[in-house]
Amino acid sequence: MSQDLLRIDDLHVAFSTRRGMVEAVRGVTLTVKAGEMLGLVGESGSGKSVTGFATTRLLDAAGRVTAGKILFRGQDVTKLRGDDLRQLQGAAMSMIFQNPRAALNPIRAIGLQIADAILTHKRISKQAARAEALELLRAVQIRDPEQRMNAYPHELSGGMCQRVMIAIAISCNPALLIADEPTTGLDVTTQKVVMDLLADIAAARGMATILITHDLGLAARYCRRIAVMERGRIVEEASPNTLFSAPRHAYTRRLVAASPTATSRIEDLVTEEERERYTAVLGKPRPTLAHGTPPLLEVRKLAKRFDQGSAAVADFSMTMASGESVGLVGESGSGKSTTSRMICRLIDPSEGDIVFDGQSIGHVASRDFHRSPLRKNIQMVFQDPNESLNPRFTAFDCIAHPLMRLDGMRAGEALRQRVEECAQRAGLPLDLLPRFPHQLSGGQKARVGIARAIACRPRLLVLDEPTAALDVSVQAVVLQLLDRLRRENDIALLFVSHDLNVVRMLCDRTIVLRNGGIVEQGESRALFENPKTDYTRKLVEAIPHIEAGPALVAAL
Amino acid sequence: MLSYILRRIVATLPVMAIVALFVFSLLYIAPGDPAVVIAGDQASPEDVERIRQSLGLDRPFLVQFGSWVWRILHGDLGTSIFTNLPVSAMIGQRLGPTLSLMVVTLLLTIVVAVPLGVVAAWKAGSLIDRVIMGFAVFGFSLPVFVVGYMLAYIFALELEWLPVQGYTPLAQGFWPWLENLILPAIALGCVYIALVARITRAAMLEVLQQDYIRTAKAKGLGQGGILFIHALKNAAVPIVTVIGIGIALLIGGAVVTESVFAIPGLGRLTIDAILRRDYPVIQGIVLLFSFVYVLVNLMIDVVYTLVDPRIRY
Repeated sequence: MSQDLLRIDDLHVAFSTRRGMVEAVRGVTLTVKAGEMLGLVGESGSGKSVTGFATTRLLDAAGRVTAGKILFRGQDVTKLRGDDLRQLQGAAMSMIFQNPRAALNPIRAIGLQIADAILTHKRISKQAARAEALELLRAVQIRDPEQRMNAYPHELSGGMCQRVMIAIAISCNPALLIADEPTTGLDVTTQKVVMDLLADIAAARGMATILITHDLGLAARYCRRIAVMERGRIVEEASPNTLFSAPRHAYTRRLVAASPTATSRIEDLVTEEERERYTAVLGKPRPTLAHGTPPLLEVRKLAKRFDQGSAAVADFSMTMASGESVGLVGESGSGKSTTSRMICRLIDPSEGDIVFDGQSIGHVASRDFHRSPLRKNIQMVFQDPNESLNPRFTAFDCIAHPLMRLDGMRAGEALRQRVEECAQRAGLPLDLLPRFPHQLSGGQKARVGIARAIACRPRLLVLDEPTAALDVSVQAVVLQLLDRLRRENDIALLFVSHDLNVVRMLCDRTIVLRNGGIVEQGESRALFENPKTDYTRKLVEAIPHIEAGPALVAAL
Repeated sequence: MLSYILRRIVATLPVMAIVALFVFSLLYIAPGDPAVVIAGDQASPEDVERIRQSLGLDRPFLVQFGSWVWRILHGDLGTSIFTNLPVSAMIGQRLGPTLSLMVVTLLLTIVVAVPLGVVAAWKAGSLIDRVIMGFAVFGFSLPVFVVGYMLAYIFALELEWLPVQGYTPLAQGFWPWLENLILPAIALGCVYIALVARITRAAMLEVLQQDYIRTAKAKGLGQGGILFIHALKNAAVPIVTVIGIGIALLIGGAVVTESVFAIPGLGRLTIDAILRRDYPVIQGIVLLFSFVYVLVNLMIDVVYTLVDPRIRY
């Protein structure tokens, strides 16, 4: 036991809330050896981040360790105070966070932010600290480090910000680094680059790392040992291979099943609640379209230029048939969101036309489109269900609103019935309708967003990363729901995402965008199995597959 | 940066023009005929008419406005109807005391209110926080003249630590100057300190919840470094804004404060001019205050760009 760098022993953490004390961590025991990378996997609310924050002593004021020990090099971290604690934080033990841009001070040059960390723990001059900061920027492979020293976080991409965070975290050569969802929200390709960098640095410096993530595939790719957490407890601890081939705990089995792999189909993502309704729909044959049926949506040479600078989207053309699902993939900045917003008529294209059901809508100004009778035919599901619902509207109001605005319904029994019908189609329990968004879980909020979007029986649904903010098990449910709605109601789905696994499962066809232009398009399965361009190949290779388990990163 | 400031100055021109039009219209909106007032109770209608003509009050509105603006642009604010002295000279005489009072109050506010707000946010929910915020509510609710007379009674009349009233120019020494301004500045600053402390607390609370504060803690930075290097500067934009808006409070408050403490400043001049319906003087003062306010706003905009690199100019 003595060679354990970190030993967490029966840790309990509780938060005081308005409804009394809530236990977030209930008896976690785990060990980390020097130089090892441990994956701590679980869904939101499982207590994995809280365990990390308790270890680095960064819990919110409301959180408290109520029992247990956290022994770091034999010293109980939970009992440290004042200077002893500060000598530990950022020096022997450091942390990097989710959402790197928010984790950096927006109005302080990044060079200074790195130097801050160095000067806190080393008695050296400011010049020397600056020189070290520059060295660290080089170590995290930031190009033109001299110039970047004076850059502010908003001038850097998300991936660059996370590199800066890594530079800060490793500045004092810690023995333990805790990475809390370090790549969530980054593009797949950036994700891979950042994780590879982190793994290389950890290996080169002999740093032990705890990788906290909700992504089993990611943990499997980089860790030799994975601990699975559920509701504040560790339910299983094993190597990735064992975990995926023979998961013992029921929760692990569910998690493994819900994680999309390179070959999984939507029906494989087992979730009891949706499964029956879903398989019932799968049996029905798709209505075949008569030859020569005009497409539902036709986009011709669409382009968008913002005030200054180059085109965000250029020469984008596509067609979609009724009931078809098309994926729009690409890294951030590739123009996929801009394109989807133009098609939804939320922003105006600079050039080109959009023809929906035989009617040209590209020239209707977006601010007037809400009066168009076609508004209800094109609806959108937005990225973050937490942010895109009005916090003062109940679930009922959210769904009723478009019905009143676009279908001219008045408050009353008929409206109530329509709202309940939509909720049922979206799988939202009716007793949740009077609730406000903050009283709903992430998955329930996603259902409200979908119920709202399908309320007016649209024929085209544009989905902008609808599952990016959701846990894998919730994502599985939402994907099945979307696919069922498509099959039941013949709704066409335009699915914007950087998650290629999801696109491959849900979409018949896929369009790959880069720098505002189409790089490649075709039938999804074929496109992912045999990418024709390097760019698509890079995207596909970057997907953290669960099969990647045996092919652990060589550096480890 | 320079072009940004120039552009901002140009942008203030329409504002100043509208203010000028409003100020000039005062003469027409306000009740009472200035010609009658100047002529006095004994004057005949012919006398009134003669005065009206000599002042140009009989000419069309826009012509009067045009010549008025023309004169102002040449630095001529007109002549007081009552004292026959140039308005600019009258304002010049009274500028020193008012400016002194406002500057001392502003500095006092920043030095007192910002640290109070920071401490209140840092110790949010604690006894210290409640005491500070209790004081803030108190400061909001008390009118300037009540605080003024209370302070004068306690510290000047009873304890005899400071003078009761009056003003000594800075030229006669720093302490005599400051001595006379301490009580007025506290009285005038009460509302202002309460306001700035509250906003500072709110802005700091918001910033202290941000992820980068957690990063600063993770780096092992001490409490001081976190509060003052990382948090306060990020909270500065709303704080600077409210300090700037507060200048308007100061202008209004100075009028009352100067009456209470018998300071021969612009506030007193304003009251006298209003009571005498001395329109050129009223116009001159309102124009000056508006100009100061626009200038302060310009300075705030410049400070924003210094504080926050994301605000582009």
